[in-house]
Amino acid sequence: MSKADAAAAILWVGATFYALFGGADFGGGFWDLVAGWDERGQRPRDVIQRSLTPVWEANHVWLIFVLVVLWTAFPSAFSAIFTTLYVPIALAALGIVLRGAGFAFRKSIVGLRERRAMGATFAISSVLTPFFMGTVVGAIAAGNVPAEGNGDAFSSWLQPLPLLIGAMFVASGAYLAAVFLVGDARRGDHEMESYFERRALGAAVVAGALAIAGLFALHSEARYVFDRLTAEGLPLVVLSLLCGAALLIVLVRGGRRPLRPLAAGAVIAVVWGWGVAQFPYLLPTSLRIDQAAAPDATMTTVFIVFAVAAVVVLPSLGLLYTLAQKDLLESDH
Amino acid sequence: MPLLDLLPLAASESNLLAAREQMAFTLAFHIVLSCIGVALPATMMVANYVGLKKGDEHALELAKRWSKAMAVTFAVGAVTGTVLSFEFGLLWPEFMDRFGAAFGVAFAIEGIFFFVEAIFLAVYIYGWKRLAPWAHFWSGVPMVITGIGGAFSVVAANAWMNQPQGFTLNAAGEVVDVEPLKVLFNPATGYEVAHMVLAAYMVVGFLVASIYAVGMLKGRRDRLHRLGLVIPLTIACIATPVQLFVGDTAAREIAADQPAKFAAMECIYETGPDQTEYFGGICTEDGVKGAIGIPGLDSFLVGWSTDTKVIGLNSIPDDEEPPAHTLLHLSFDAMVGIGSALLGLALWFALAWWKRRDIPQTPWFLRAVSVSGGAAIVALWCGWIVTEVGRQPWIVNGYMRTSEAVTEAEGIWFTFGLVLLLYAGLGTGAVLVLRGMSRRWREKGAEEVQSPYAPQAEEAS
Repeated sequence: MSKADAAAAILWVGATFYALFGGADFGGGFWDLVAGWDERGQRPRDVIQRSLTPVWEANHVWLIFVLVVLWTAFPSAFSAIFTTLYVPIALAALGIVLRGAGFAFRKSIVGLRERRAMGATFAISSVLTPFFMGTVVGAIAAGNVPAEGNGDAFSSWLQPLPLLIGAMFVASGAYLAAVFLVGDARRGDHEMESYFERRALGAAVVAGALAIAGLFALHSEARYVFDRLTAEGLPLVVLSLLCGAALLIVLVRGGRRPLRPLAAGAVIAVVWGWGVAQFPYLLPTSLRIDQAAAPDATMTTVFIVFAVAAVVVLPSLGLLYTLAQKDLLESDH
Repeated sequence: MPLLDLLPLAASESNLLAAREQMAFTLAFHIVLSCIGVALPATMMVANYVGLKKGDEHALELAKRWSKAMAVTFAVGAVTGTVLSFEFGLLWPEFMDRFGAAFGVAFAIEGIFFFVEAIFLAVYIYGWKRLAPWAHFWSGVPMVITGIGGAFSVVAANAWMNQPQGFTLNAAGEVVDVEPLKVLFNPATGYEVAHMVLAAYMVVGFLVASIYAVGMLKGRRDRLHRLGLVIPLTIACIATPVQLFVGDTAAREIAADQPAKFAAMECIYETGPDQTEYFGGICTEDGVKGAIGIPGLDSFLVGWSTDTKVIGLNSIPDDEEPPAHTLLHLSFDAMVGIGSALLGLALWFALAWWKRRDIPQTPWFLRAVSVSGGAAIVALWCGWIVTEVGRQPWIVNGYMRTSEAVTEAEGIWFTFGLVLLLYAGLGTGAVLVLRGMSRRWREKGAEEVQSPYAPQAEEAS
């Protein structure tokens, strides 16, 4: 594996963590949005808020990690993406601001009206943000980002495939969130447990349907990626399908374990399937990984930073999740 | 007047101006929150330590309240910081394209510090009730280190823009080799990082103290308010004299390494010895108008002798001269002036404490403290105006012009307008939320002050 390929793998590791944890946090916002008016929605909203509060900021940092690795290790790809897809990227940034502020403010105010307004801000932007991020990924996969950048600001992403991928981002976040929330609600709340089980089931079906529609769109709009996904990437596609199917069976039979690993497995397989399908391109089919790569010394530094992250950040994250799962972190005060 | 200097010469530069204004505005907003992220943890940990060591419930209550406030400011800081990362690509794509490989490294390191800070902040904020008191205290300590580490990485990247080194360009101007350590430890890193970390401690110290000073002026002279004033003010008052020393060193380094910036901020037009130090005034081609000038002092401050030759703007090629001389000059003067006034406040406090173990008993002291937080923020902004506007027209000093770095995408004035609206909402929201929290604490009053670590105490008893 070349240094550039290794750096691309690090980028994908960051994207995987973000898809899993950042994605689930956005999904939490989605369920908050559709939880219903004040009283009906209060209990699920409580579960969602308790679950998200201690972890969403740490989870958000994976996005920063991905951006930083992208601009350090592959600066020309970063610039090409941002000069072409600046419209959905700016909209995603807007969504990130509203999501974070809405969530943080809602938690710290008391007035019902204000809480509603902040809650709506948080919830709506939790849906729009992953949608626009998905259109960015879809536009890249579709080959709509030229290596030299400054591609068309609108036709690059206002296409069936990017829009479908955007919808898939929303659905898979909702799916992950529902599965995670089943676990979070389980600590004593059977009603909420089955509430999120039903929603996990629904989201799994929708995400699966969107994935199949996505395959058709890939076939017509991103032939290079489609061809590799159905050849080199096939094992990952199958793995994702198996995880998804197994999860459905467990859910339908009311089984208890292992919901989270299966949901995570399905999403991880899709993220890496996308990576394998694009390989060796960062921007199919105009910019290869090795063409975009920064000088060797920069790559070495990225590896060192990644190693430090693995030694320092991952155990810290583990500690945070463990404390949160053991209910040692109190979000109400 | 200063704003007029910023007006573009040609309509084609409109986009550049919009991008610079948007970047400046979002940075100015974020930098205040960054300061809180850098320096509030240490302030909190001092209160927490005092609280645990001496069984001081008021100190513990303060640490707890500050941590709840930080939950809000950190969230807003996390999203406004993310906006800045996006802006690198949205506003300055050519800069990142050409130099991302060189200076991106600093941000990669910052990423780790930010990660660890976000994690332990969550543990600390939400661990009050159920973690053992000392375990909880130690969960907050990493934030003190990551705050300083994060400031180091980000400011090292900025220092590199001022004093770029550690990379090799090929004939096409592409970065073909990088020496990461030289990038991180460039000649400006030392003084810029020290200056910024101290600034963060000053801003937070004076800002937090000013909140309690306002409360005391309104008659809330309880122990909680006194402690809430004394702890942060002590920290700020230790940082202030060190800051003036570091700032003075920084100015001399800038005179040597970035003469164009220095000449503009000191309004020096003709290269030569015996330069006058101007306080205030407007910089014009015919000299400085309306300033108080002390002949020879500028040369003396630069090289300890009035014979020291200082480079003036006449030695800088016209197309490499920073814009907005008056803005730079007045910003620099305002920063130094506020810093000196804060030093006076620090000495006043230190003297009273040394004599009587108490704060000065006149309301004028509380009035001074209550404006010190805002003043420190203004000084912070002024310092960054000098650093950033003073580097223009370069984005990477001597290597890349800001005009070469800016995006070709149109509509930046539009996004800038949106950003202004969005951040106005964000700022208003944050202030309202914090004020609401403070009001609720006040209303709950004494009973909540009893026992931040209540559940443990109950379980133990």
